[in-house]
Amino acid sequence: MIPALGLLVGLAVGLFLHPDVPLALQPYLPIAVIAAMDAVFGGVRAVLDGIFNDKVFVVSFLSNVVVAAFIVFLGDQLGVGSQLSTGVVVVLGIRIFSNVASIRRHLFRA
Amino acid sequence: MSQPSPPVNPSARKRLLLMARPRATKANAFAALLAVLLGFAVATQVRQNQSLGLASLRQSELVTILDNATLLSARLDQNARELQATRDQLVNGSTGDAAALKAAQERVDALGILAGTARAHGPGIRMTIGDRGGKVTPPLLLDAIEELRDAGAEAIQVGNVRVVASSHFDQVATGVEIDNTPVTQPYTILAIGDPPTMSSAMEIPGGLSENVRQLGASITITQAKDLTVGALHSLHAPRYARPVAPPGATPTP
Repeated sequence: MIPALGLLVGLAVGLFLHPDVPLALQPYLPIAVIAAMDAVFGGVRAVLDGIFNDKVFVVSFLSNVVVAAFIVFLGDQLGVGSQLSTGVVVVLGIRIFSNVASIRRHLFRA
Repeated sequence: MSQPSPPVNPSARKRLLLMARPRATKANAFAALLAVLLGFAVATQVRQNQSLGLASLRQSELVTILDNATLLSARLDQNARELQATRDQLVNGSTGDAAALKAAQERVDALGILAGTARAHGPGIRMTIGDRGGKVTPPLLLDAIEELRDAGAEAIQVGNVRVVASSHFDQVATGVEIDNTPVTQPYTILAIGDPPTMSSAMEIPGGLSENVRQLGASITITQAKDLTVGALHSLHAPRYARPVAPPGATPTP
């Protein structure tokens, strides 16, 4: 409940302050957001599975974000940044979909 | 998290509710902080994406966009040139048409006044000849007309008959006829032209006024700033005369 409220608060702050993203972070922010969303959905699924652990959630969230950003950074250095971003987005998208499917099965039994 | 999904658990919702209840643990606070960061990042990224179209794109995408823009710009330039040419054409055409129309209208006006098919107004003189003895003859009236024309009269009316190039004067038993229309006494002659010139031409020694007075008739001449020659001459298409084509022009069939 508190994290959900936190999400709303963060959205509101971002909308009202509309900060500028530093140029160096611009390629990584969208990927990091996708990775964080994957962690969030994974956490919800873990809650429903009965295996949720606060520490695991926090660590997976942070590691997801860092690894995703690092992969994109690496791709940029290697000259295949756009392809690697696409790959990361695809992989994370698949994971999000499978997590959502699992959550759905728990909640709606369908 | 990629483990196979467990069997459907009837207490899943209950567990979700339990988990959603606020708990004052350090990990929960940290999770909330992460959620705040996530929301902030999402909002920032969305806004960034809306406000900055090109800045976040990569080189190859920028090149593609540039190519597209160049192509589009070339096509639009082409369009603009064509439309400009069309516009120039139309503008020239319409001004040419307007000028031609104006010239034609001026010609129609001039010819209408000359041929007597248009009413005319302007400065001129009004001349009244009272002839109780019936001494004034058509030649005398014709003399008056000729004198007026010599003095620059542009439109002339006698009684209510417009005097034009083809007008003819006849002596009949009842008096004088112009173009087969009887003109009643006193003869009123309206002439548009320069009033002082025309009236002095009438009054010169040995001129019209003196001739008329010698015959025992009366004549009065008044100058007017604006009088109207309102009588019209009706045109008939010529039965015999045909225009000669100007040299170099192709004869019309």
